[in-house]
Amino acid sequence: MIDPVQPPRRKNPLLRTRLPASPPRPRSRTSHGFTRAAAEGRFMLQRCEACGAFAYPAREACPACLSAGLSFVDAPRRGVLLAETTARVPSDVYFRERAPWRIGLVKMDCGPTMVAHLHADCVEGAPVVMSFQLDKSGQAVAFARPEGGTPNMADDRQWREMTADPKFRRVLVTNGRSVIGQEAVAALKAAGAKTVFVGVAEPWRPFAGEQLLHGQQGIEVVTLDASDEKSAADLAADIGGKVDILVNTTEYVRPGGLLDRRGTSIARDEIDQAYLGFINLAQAFGPAMRMRGADGINSSAAWVNILSVHALVNWPAFGAYSASQAACLSLSHCLRAELRPGGVKVMNLFTGPVDTEWFQTVPPPKVAPRAVAQAIVSALRGGLEEIYVGDVAEEIRQRLAANPKALERELDK
Amino acid sequence: MTNSLRTPYDGIVMAAPVTIPYARYSIESAQWWIGRALSALVARAGIKVSDIDGLCVSSFTMGNDSGIGLTQHFGLCVRWLDTIPLGGASAIAALRKAARAVQAHDADIVACVAGDTNHVDSFRQTLENFSRFNQDAVYPYGAGGANASFALIARNYMRTFGVTREDVGRIAVAQRANALRNPHALMKTPLTIEQYLAARPISDPIHLFDCVMPCAGAEAFLVMRDETAASLGLSAARLLSTIERHNAFADDPMQVRGGWAMDVGELYAMAGVKPDDLDVVQTYDDYPIITMMQFEDLGFCAKGEGAAFVRQHDLTIDGDFPHNTSGGQLSAGQAGAAGAYLGLVEGLRQVLGEAGPTQVTNAKLGLAAGFGMINYDRGLASGAAIFAGSAR
Repeated sequence: MIDPVQPPRRKNPLLRTRLPASPPRPRSRTSHGFTRAAAEGRFMLQRCEACGAFAYPAREACPACLSAGLSFVDAPRRGVLLAETTARVPSDVYFRERAPWRIGLVKMDCGPTMVAHLHADCVEGAPVVMSFQLDKSGQAVAFARPEGGTPNMADDRQWREMTADPKFRRVLVTNGRSVIGQEAVAALKAAGAKTVFVGVAEPWRPFAGEQLLHGQQGIEVVTLDASDEKSAADLAADIGGKVDILVNTTEYVRPGGLLDRRGTSIARDEIDQAYLGFINLAQAFGPAMRMRGADGINSSAAWVNILSVHALVNWPAFGAYSASQAACLSLSHCLRAELRPGGVKVMNLFTGPVDTEWFQTVPPPKVAPRAVAQAIVSALRGGLEEIYVGDVAEEIRQRLAANPKALERELDK
Repeated sequence: MTNSLRTPYDGIVMAAPVTIPYARYSIESAQWWIGRALSALVARAGIKVSDIDGLCVSSFTMGNDSGIGLTQHFGLCVRWLDTIPLGGASAIAALRKAARAVQAHDADIVACVAGDTNHVDSFRQTLENFSRFNQDAVYPYGAGGANASFALIARNYMRTFGVTREDVGRIAVAQRANALRNPHALMKTPLTIEQYLAARPISDPIHLFDCVMPCAGAEAFLVMRDETAASLGLSAARLLSTIERHNAFADDPMQVRGGWAMDVGELYAMAGVKPDDLDVVQTYDDYPIITMMQFEDLGFCAKGEGAAFVRQHDLTIDGDFPHNTSGGQLSAGQAGAAGAYLGLVEGLRQVLGEAGPTQVTNAKLGLAAGFGMINYDRGLASGAAIFAGSAR
């Protein structure tokens, strides 16, 4: 059993902040099949299409029959820990700073043996459950946890290196005017966040749900208009050094595509709010987050974007909005690369139409704002990178994989 | 023992074992160390560089060079060339290939050489870039290198067969005693079993004195036919048998035996000797636990009896089972791929009676083993050779 993680002590301003280091990053191209699995929280191994054997590490031919038909498939997660060791003098800066570090060799029920990071409660000879996690270098690694729960399981030191648990961390939710923003604040607070800063543009203008944010322990309303460069910079100057998780809840939804609109003014607003707002936030808060990736229990850990799943494929009824979301998706990949040296994860939540006024005319199913908020928390706790929230988003994920052209045609209706 | 169907190594000999004394760190390149070894070979054998018509080289730190680049670098014109990247099994593999080459008259004098440098950061870089499986699925897990991988094997082996650290320590302690008689060994202070047990943990159950010291150095020998050796007036050791095996026992969930166990019958049958006949044994000792495994797999005792074997025998030069007489890699140092050659070269000196301060009295029949390439979860390559001095 492990001790619960303790709230961080007040930071000593005389000490140098520990700079982030990355665990070893090089991987073969084929091995990124595991990266894909880890990004979505799936456990996938290569399986031979000819003989059915599972293989690991990533291979180019089946070791049982030499077939080249090895595809990544969801695999059984259970195995037994054969042997463990504790690396006390690693040769790499990241692990040396975090030594002693426990690893083990796991015999999977489905065949292969896997070297894995170990949860502290794993015991030799006992069953474990395997997952792929994204480590601080952004690459997939195998992580073994004991089968069945143990007390304070999520507080394991090595597990927390793989995740962005909001417990004891300080979070900025960028837009408290939206229902999603308000639900996110409540969910993150309930998940143990120490402080949730809530951005509100032009705070003198009243808005629905305002009373939920004021006068609450650990919730601080701050002035933030993400589309205004100076507003973002001013807030970062004030709290930028203590934003451990940033949840970008910018929401600017307008119907329409190209031909039924006149001119570019609405498109310009969409770009201002979503795309340029993203840039303003990234430039204001990104550099400090990248520096603070190894800053103790409340190190900076993650940047979360809420995107429309139509960032992945255009929905002509909301065609220009879809394009603004696609721009944000592309930018998120850039941000992911730039935050990576800090070990800060960039997570994208893809949602279908949310149950808000701007999707009023859209028939169900629609995503409840609370479901988005819960998905944010579970993504942070699981250290995921791509999360599909709700039935519409999940369906689009599957249809994109099956036939993107069919999806394009069928969204035109 | 099975009868070997293989062509005997009749008339194949090894001569001129040379060691370039090791250095903990070196600012020279691997090519420099290999160059010193070739120069020492030529001087030791009293031949001209142009007499060498075959070259076999092993190194981890040559950069983009392989054997072909070295021919021009060192002014060699050879008609047989090989580069062997098999880590700790390189020497046995080189010997096997070279022996068949000279036997078939594809070459007359093959220089087998291994050398590596050790810059301040080169060991870490070797770990990082060791192999694809290692890069994908081992190194990102704590970056413990070979220590962590062998720790898993050692832990399983020790638990399975009831082996204690004290049992394993006997091997390291005896080798240190041997090393104190080798002026070129990097380790120069005695080691007691108490010190061994009290050493700091590196990757449990691997502690400090279970680990080799990475260093720079080179080792080499010549392979030729006996008539060539006679014409040169060289004393030479006869090659009696060899084995080599890769990726053996892939279905064992964890490594408790090496490929030797698959071929050990062949090893002794081809040589026409028994384990008891050997005067001196050089195992591959990247970790003493691997040496214990070799005592079992090479037929000196049954599987699981390695600990009892080391308790019952004195492994020092003057003991009843002279073993790793130069101090081995544990106490002489591990000069990269030259670590593969260390045992074979020392074994040749022993049976030729040229070992000087580490000489085992009347050593005539020797065995040297190799082991290497922990590609993922186990050492893949294994090999062994038996050879005899001319007087036997």
